[in-house]
Amino acid sequence: MLKTRNNKAWFLVLPVVLSVAFSAIIPLMTVINYSVQDILGPNRKVFVGLEWFQEVLRDPDLHGAFIRQLLFTMIVLAIEIPLGILIALSLPARGWKASLSLVLIALPLLVPFNVVGTIWQIFGRADIGLGGHFLASLGIDYNYATNPLHAWLTVILMDVWHWTPLVALLCYAGLRAIPEGYYQAAKIDGAKAWAVFRYIQLPKLGGVLMIGLLLRFMDSFMIYTEPFVLTGGGPGNATTFLSVYLTKLAVGQFDLGPAAAFSLVYFLIIQIVSFILYTVIQRNANPQAPRQETT
Amino acid sequence: MSQSSQVQPPQVLGVPAPRLRRPFRPGSVLLPIYFILLLLPIYWMITMSLKTNAEIVSGFSLWPQAITFEHYQEIFTNPAWYTGYLNSLTYVAMNTVISLVIALPAAYAFSRYSFQGDKHLFFWLLTNRMAPPAVFLLPFFQLYQSVGLFDTHIGVALAHLLFNVPLAVWILEGFISGVPREIDETAYIDGYSFGRFFFRVFIPLVRSGIGVTAFFCFMFSWIELLLARTLTSVDAKPIAAVMTRTVSASGMDWGLLAAAGVLTIVPGALVIYFVRNYIAKGFALGRV
Amino acid sequence: MARIELDDLAHAYMPDPQKPEDYALRPMTMTWQDGGAYALLGPSGCGKSTLLNIISGLVRPSHGRVLFDGQDVTNLPTEARNIAQVFQFPVIYDTMTVHDNLAFPLRNRRVPEPEVRTRVAQVAELLELTGDLRNRASGLSADMKQKISLGRGLVRKDVAAILFDEPLTVIDPHLKWQLRSKLKQIHYELKLSLIYVTHDQVEALTFADQVVLMEGGEVVQAGTPQALFEEPEHVFVGYFIGSPGMNLLPCAVAPGGQGVQVDGQTYELPIDPDHLERARGRGSLTLGIRPEFLGCSNSPQPGAVQAHITRVEDLGNYKIATAVMGQHTVKAKLAEDAAILTGPGYLSFPPEQTKLYANSRIVR
Repeated sequence: MLKTRNNKAWFLVLPVVLSVAFSAIIPLMTVINYSVQDILGPNRKVFVGLEWFQEVLRDPDLHGAFIRQLLFTMIVLAIEIPLGILIALSLPARGWKASLSLVLIALPLLVPFNVVGTIWQIFGRADIGLGGHFLASLGIDYNYATNPLHAWLTVILMDVWHWTPLVALLCYAGLRAIPEGYYQAAKIDGAKAWAVFRYIQLPKLGGVLMIGLLLRFMDSFMIYTEPFVLTGGGPGNATTFLSVYLTKLAVGQFDLGPAAAFSLVYFLIIQIVSFILYTVIQRNANPQAPRQETT
Repeated sequence: MSQSSQVQPPQVLGVPAPRLRRPFRPGSVLLPIYFILLLLPIYWMITMSLKTNAEIVSGFSLWPQAITFEHYQEIFTNPAWYTGYLNSLTYVAMNTVISLVIALPAAYAFSRYSFQGDKHLFFWLLTNRMAPPAVFLLPFFQLYQSVGLFDTHIGVALAHLLFNVPLAVWILEGFISGVPREIDETAYIDGYSFGRFFFRVFIPLVRSGIGVTAFFCFMFSWIELLLARTLTSVDAKPIAAVMTRTVSASGMDWGLLAAAGVLTIVPGALVIYFVRNYIAKGFALGRV
Repeated sequence: MARIELDDLAHAYMPDPQKPEDYALRPMTMTWQDGGAYALLGPSGCGKSTLLNIISGLVRPSHGRVLFDGQDVTNLPTEARNIAQVFQFPVIYDTMTVHDNLAFPLRNRRVPEPEVRTRVAQVAELLELTGDLRNRASGLSADMKQKISLGRGLVRKDVAAILFDEPLTVIDPHLKWQLRSKLKQIHYELKLSLIYVTHDQVEALTFADQVVLMEGGEVVQAGTPQALFEEPEHVFVGYFIGSPGMNLLPCAVAPGGQGVQVDGQTYELPIDPDHLERARGRGSLTLGIRPEFLGCSNSPQPGAVQAHITRVEDLGNYKIATAVMGQHTVKAKLAEDAAILTGPGYLSFPPEQTKLYANSRIVR
């Protein structure tokens, strides 16, 4: 669609810009301030330049947290995106079954972060939890509080439980938007189920999948509350993801300068990855736009 | 011109699209398993909320041996608990309404016009979802305290705009781009002012988009804890924060915790019930 | 190629149809000859697309059978029927090149790759797509996309018939002509059975050897374009085909049995008395005559009836005269050099082309 050039459109955008800027810009300035100062007391600050940045980039604990974070995000994306697509494909298309399925699927999305942690905390405990009890009865000595592997599995399972529905809902909506004619043509062309998926459904899902991927990347990369409630970052540092570590740094040790410096690096990493994804989305959105203008 | 275009058949039979089964169905097995795994943790929480604490710790049972509503009673009669729900609902509702009201015109602008800096502005809006919370909480706290918004519902609602407005603009922009701009032009030719066009013609057209957006705003605001907890102390304290604090103070009151958890799901379940048709109809997000 | 037979075929979308109106398609028995070019013509919602989808197997009929060359295919799925179908809106596979789009129906049927390449090249040549074969299909214009859809219909060698469901709706008018003549040429060269659904009479009459006109889920007439024009069996055919459509005058047999009454006035019209006799008691009568056959002049003619000419339009290569007869208006299509003025006039009804309809059906 060709858009009209009109700078007055800024007036329509202004309320959004102002309301977001109010909460965004001053805190960001403050964090930048922290990142270049050493705060020794309420009124004693020293400008330290890029010292904190150099320090955090050398901090082995942060490196560990960063690698764990990267691994975690990659694992949950690798599970949630295909699983979400599969579920969306399996959901009934219409009728009361479709409505019921949607309501059920959306339930985990509406559980507050800390309650998600609580649910899984309870569920996984061998003494009072169904899941933990079940595993114990199978003879598996399952304990997410002491075994790092179990802690990881639990955190991943929790995130998959919580967020796969988002991918599934987006894909479900995307699938419903595919005109029936495509399926009819595919039948005429003798396409098998896999070909229908590969050449019709998957390409048509591209847009919503990118939105889901972007949202899931941003949110999983900043995951904090759920692992904090479940394991407190333990056992040891096993589930100390970036946000958990940063909170320890900022609140626990009150190392505000390094924490702020790393926050900014962190922020930047998320932005760069998101920008790449976003650019891909934009290109996917109008692949024919430039050509249509010439014809 | 052919005459045929003017001919109306005496009775037009409703001919719906032929019913076809969607060809790709991997999931007659997958779906039931997924639903069981999805519902088990929730089931377990509900079960626990109906057990006495003595029963919870004394032994394992798949369902409550003696159903008790004491935990729910406690929550509904103790103001410390139920005000938490009211606080959460208040700021979530405020946030949803404000998000929609300011995001609609913005989404319209992004969809219909190009203007100085539009692409950058859109991405800048999105970046506000990306600020890692840990360090940003302190300056947030300082800012909201200095302008007198600390511990107010509207304060939390405003803070949550940070991550909800970009998403709302994004989703709505997709829907609006799905509405042909000829409709705008026809309305202007018919002499509608922008305001009248927007409320009379346009809003009804993107109704389902508004429903879906409202769902996402509600969801992200309802489940958010860090900002809500940091920006409140007593008067606007959210239920999620009440849960963490009360529990740590009185030891592990599992039954009460589970009951409170169950009650946090109820409003969300109601919301999804009301918007299910918008999702079922297929929110095209304009880009599909 | 195959002969297609519809045996007492009917379809209702609702589970338990009671009235005839509940049917999207009312019972019909027809045979479509091998190698014919058929047009299914009718207004929107008349059931023509439903019929097409039943033939291709996308819709399972609720009643009756479909036979290809005498073999019952009613319960066979689309894939097993060897049918090609082109839809109203272009369907292309976005991620594929034009070449792969055209090859898709063949590759799905495991046709050897060298043969795929030859067939695609042939079809691309035919549709003038050769230059675009390497391009991605998603970036093309709507009519290019529809050409690809057509190509996918034509690429298979062994199809029983190719069905077209208003395939030129999205095409620019000047390209429509081009593509339609292309299709005719293809039909002529390859001797394919083609069934072409349209609501546009010009498209149907120029494309097909046989036109099946449908209305309200029923076939009202099937025949050559000429038969539909000259011998409409149903008032709807007269009305729907032709521009302007047939003049239809509600009438009654005049008291003496001689001639007919229109709006209470008796006219001596050259209608076969046997027809009048046969029409008696078969419901309301309608007189029909095509504007092309209705004579109109300012001077009295033998056998002509008096009327008042209210309007004469010069439309370039012909003139349309509008006259009032009783309370009804009739139109006559006259040569461009016909000397005709508004005012008192005379209408002549040639006996061969003046039709009588009882309860909308022709009386013979």
